Amino acid sequence: MVGKNCFAIASDRRLGVQLQTIATDFQRVFKIHDKLYIGLSGLATDAQTLYQRLVFRHKLYQLREERDMKPETFASLVSAILYERRFGPYFCQPVIAGLGENDEPFICTMDCIGAKELAKDFVVSGTSSESLYGACESMYKPNMEPEELFETVSQALMASVDRDCLAGWGGHVFIVTPTEVQERVVKGRMD
Amino acid sequence: MECVMGVVGRDFAVVAADTSAVQSILVHKTDEDKVMVLDSHKLMGASGEPGDRVQFTEYIQKNLHLYQFRNTIPLSTAATANFTRGELATALRKNPYMVNVILGGYDKDAGASLYYIDYISTLHKIDKGAFGYGSYFCLSLMDKLYHPDMTVEEAVDLIDKCIKEIRLRLVVAPQNFVIKIVDKNGAREYARRDLVGDNASVDAATTVTA
Repeated sequence: MVGKNCFAIASDRRLGVQLQTIATDFQRVFKIHDKLYIGLSGLATDAQTLYQRLVFRHKLYQLREERDMKPETFASLVSAILYERRFGPYFCQPVIAGLGENDEPFICTMDCIGAKELAKDFVVSGTSSESLYGACESMYKPNMEPEELFETVSQALMASVDRDCLAGWGGHVFIVTPTEVQERVVKGRMD
Repeated sequence: MECVMGVVGRDFAVVAADTSAVQSILVHKTDEDKVMVLDSHKLMGASGEPGDRVQFTEYIQKNLHLYQFRNTIPLSTAATANFTRGELATALRKNPYMVNVILGGYDKDAGASLYYIDYISTLHKIDKGAFGYGSYFCLSLMDKLYHPDMTVEEAVDLIDKCIKEIRLRLVVAPQNFVIKIVDKNGAREYARRDLVGDNASVDAATTVTA
């Protein structure tokens, strides 16, 4: 979700196999560089493989270009990597959030074969995406400061995952501003 | 019907598995060791397709040895877990290994650690975990009774309670189990829990041992 010169990216913490919960501290939001984060919902193994491939590509880019990737560029990279596997896809829906040129917040999501969807306010993915759309739409206001953004994102996340049996067990929220990153674990209904 | 489980305690990890080798309605043997000692300080409990299980665990074990020969130092548990995951992931979309793994190890700097790696190469570091139908009974027992920094006796007692529950509540339950432990002194077999077969005590037939 986009705020005033900042963005928030959040996920739930459940790792499960259909009805069975394996772990309640699974990490789904990964840092690419200080101002770029990617959240990967869907199949955990593909999220891990994809993350490793993306970090590899970004490190190569850093070596060649001697700078970090812009969020727009990274989104195109993710889209290309996903479409490479058009007929045997990674079962992941990424959410990409970063601060671009002049620390302008950038967010986008895509489906598992790389169809990019840019937005100015918020993007969602995962099993509770429909709930998340509703919650974010009603709670979102433009130009929120980091503290208010954190509250909004946490409330929207908790409200949505509480209605989804496959998501939940707390939330992991990152608030990224040009100067700092705040990482918080939100305690919600543990069921 | 195969069960593998693991628990982390204070500076040790316990990995237990059933020891039945079953095909359809026939039990081939009741003392099949499914927890492989990978090297001096690592245990890999594996369940799944029998051929894949043996092939894959031996493959990981030999590669660990090769690394140690080449580099004179052993691979850490975390690195082993990631290597295992990498092998499973590479094979996944070509010729998948149907093997679920609980990897337990002890490192001087990191202490004891336990990793859950399922057959589609999902990797997660855990304190307690289980695979198989037995996990439906064990995981909630572990959630209730586990606490951090358990002693060896407490951890084995927890495993024993899980075994008791599996024997009681799982239809076609495996009867015999092996419990292995890894700590700073190394990886070794801790105990067997045999109800049937050559090594079961006479009392086992008449009393329920925990």
